[in-house]
Amino acid sequence: MAKVIEGLYYAESHEYVRVEGEYGYIGITDYAQDQLGNVVYVDMPEVDDEVTAGEEFGAVESVKAASDLFSPVSGTVVEVNEALEDEPELINKDAFANWIIKVELSDKSELDKLMDAAAYEAICK
Amino acid sequence: MSDKRTCLYERHIKLGAKMVSFGGFEMPIQYTDITDEHVAVRTACGVFDVSHMGEVLVTGRESERFVQHIFTNDVAGAPVGKIFYGMMLHPNGGTIDDLLVYKEGNERFFLVINAANIDKDYAWISEQAKAFDCVTENQSEYYGQLAVQGPKAETVVEKVLGLPCAELVFYTFKKMMVGDETIIISRTGYTGEDGFEIYASHALIQQMWDKLIESGEAKPCGLGCRDTLRFEVGLPLYGDELTDELSPLEAGLGMFVKMDKEEFVGKDALTQLKAEGLTRKIVGIELEGRAIPRHGYEVVADDKVIGNVTTGYNSISTGKSVCMALLDINYAKLDTPVQVRIHKKLQPGKVIKKRFYEKSYKK
Repeated sequence: MAKVIEGLYYAESHEYVRVEGEYGYIGITDYAQDQLGNVVYVDMPEVDDEVTAGEEFGAVESVKAASDLFSPVSGTVVEVNEALEDEPELINKDAFANWIIKVELSDKSELDKLMDAAAYEAICK
Repeated sequence: MSDKRTCLYERHIKLGAKMVSFGGFEMPIQYTDITDEHVAVRTACGVFDVSHMGEVLVTGRESERFVQHIFTNDVAGAPVGKIFYGMMLHPNGGTIDDLLVYKEGNERFFLVINAANIDKDYAWISEQAKAFDCVTENQSEYYGQLAVQGPKAETVVEKVLGLPCAELVFYTFKKMMVGDETIIISRTGYTGEDGFEIYASHALIQQMWDKLIESGEAKPCGLGCRDTLRFEVGLPLYGDELTDELSPLEAGLGMFVKMDKEEFVGKDALTQLKAEGLTRKIVGIELEGRAIPRHGYEVVADDKVIGNVTTGYNSISTGKSVCMALLDINYAKLDTPVQVRIHKKLQPGKVIKKRFYEKSYKK
C-alpha cells in the first residue's frame, strides 16, 4: 500500500506540493514512484525557470519509459534537488523526502484546487 | 483484435509479471525489475518465454533454391545443423523481416521469424514458394520456445533440463528426442551472451519452464531486459532498426547480405543503392549527460534535424546514455558531434560504433 502524508497538497497527475511559507516543494507521490518502478533519470528545469499549474516541467524516467511531470502550482523555480542528478533512485527510497523542485508560489489560491491526503488516497485505490 | 497468449501465460501471471502487448501477443515485460533481470543474464542465467516467435518449415526438392531466393544470406552447400541470420527483402530493398534459417537437411529448412510479422511473412513466403518445387508450412501455433541465456546457460541446460548441449558451437543446432517428441535446440540468442534456444510442443515447453524456475538456476526474464540486452550489443529490432522502408545496408547489416549470390529478392535494388551511395545510415550515439534518448526523438546538427533515434537507453551495463539512430549519411562518421532533443532540450553527444557493450559468445 502506497504511503500518503497528511498536510500536503496532491494533484491528480500524482505530484505533491509541500508548502512552507511562500515556497512549495514539488515531487511525485509514493504511489507514482511505485507505479513507475526504478527511477533512472530525472529531467529537471533550471533555477529561475517559470512553471505553470497543470503544465509539464520535466520528467521522471524508468529504464523503459519517460513520464512527464506536471506542476500542481505556478511560480518560479528557486532550487532544484541536485542530489537526484547522481542518485535518481532516491525517489524510490522516499518520494516525499526527495522533492524535485522548490518553487516560489505566484498564486497560493491554486492550492485550493488540489486534493488533500484523504481525497488523494481515494483516487489511488 | 485481442492479443494472443503463449503457452506460458498462466505461469507469467502467477509469477506476478507485468504484462504488455507486443507483436500481437500479451507478453511479460518484467517479473520484478528490468535491471535485475538484465544483470542476471549478463552474469549468470536467465530464461525468456519467446513462444511468440513464428516458425515456418520449408521442405521439398527445391527448398534450398527457394531459401536462396527469399533470403539475403547464403545457405548454399552449408552443412546440416548450421544456422544463418539474414533478412527477407521487398523487391525495392526494404526489409520484410529479419530471421534465422536452420538447415535441417538438403531439402528441409526451418525459418524463425518475428511475432509481429508472422502473417505478413507467411503470406510473402507462401506466395513466393509457388514458383518452386517446395512446400511451406506455418508451424507457429505448434511451437513454444524458450531462450536460456547467460554465461551459466550451458550448465543450466545440461543439469536442470538434462539436455546435452556443450558440443554445440555458436549458430548451430541439433534435434533430439525428449520422451517421444523431437525438439530443436540451438546455440543462439538475442542478448549478446552465450545461450540456447529450445523449440518444442507447448506441453514440453511448460515442463521445461517449470524445471528451470523451480531450480532457481535461471531467473525468469521479460521482454524489457531482452530489449536492453540486445540493444547494448547493437543487435537490431525489427520495427526500430529494420523496417519495410529501410534496407539492411542502411541498417549497417551488410555482412548478412551476400551480394555475390546469383539472385535474391531485393538484390537489384540494393545493387542500385550501392551504386548511388547510401543517403542515411543507422549509427550509435553516446551522450555526454544522463538524459535518456528514446525511440523517435530528433537528432540535430548544424541547427537542423538530421535523423531520429531508433532505440535508446541509459545503458544498464555501462551507465552511459546511448542510442541507435537513423541519420543523414553526412553526419554518420565516427566522432561527428550531434545533439538529441530530449524534453525540449538539446543534449550534446557524438557518433560512436553501435556496439555499446562487448558480446561474449562462445564460438
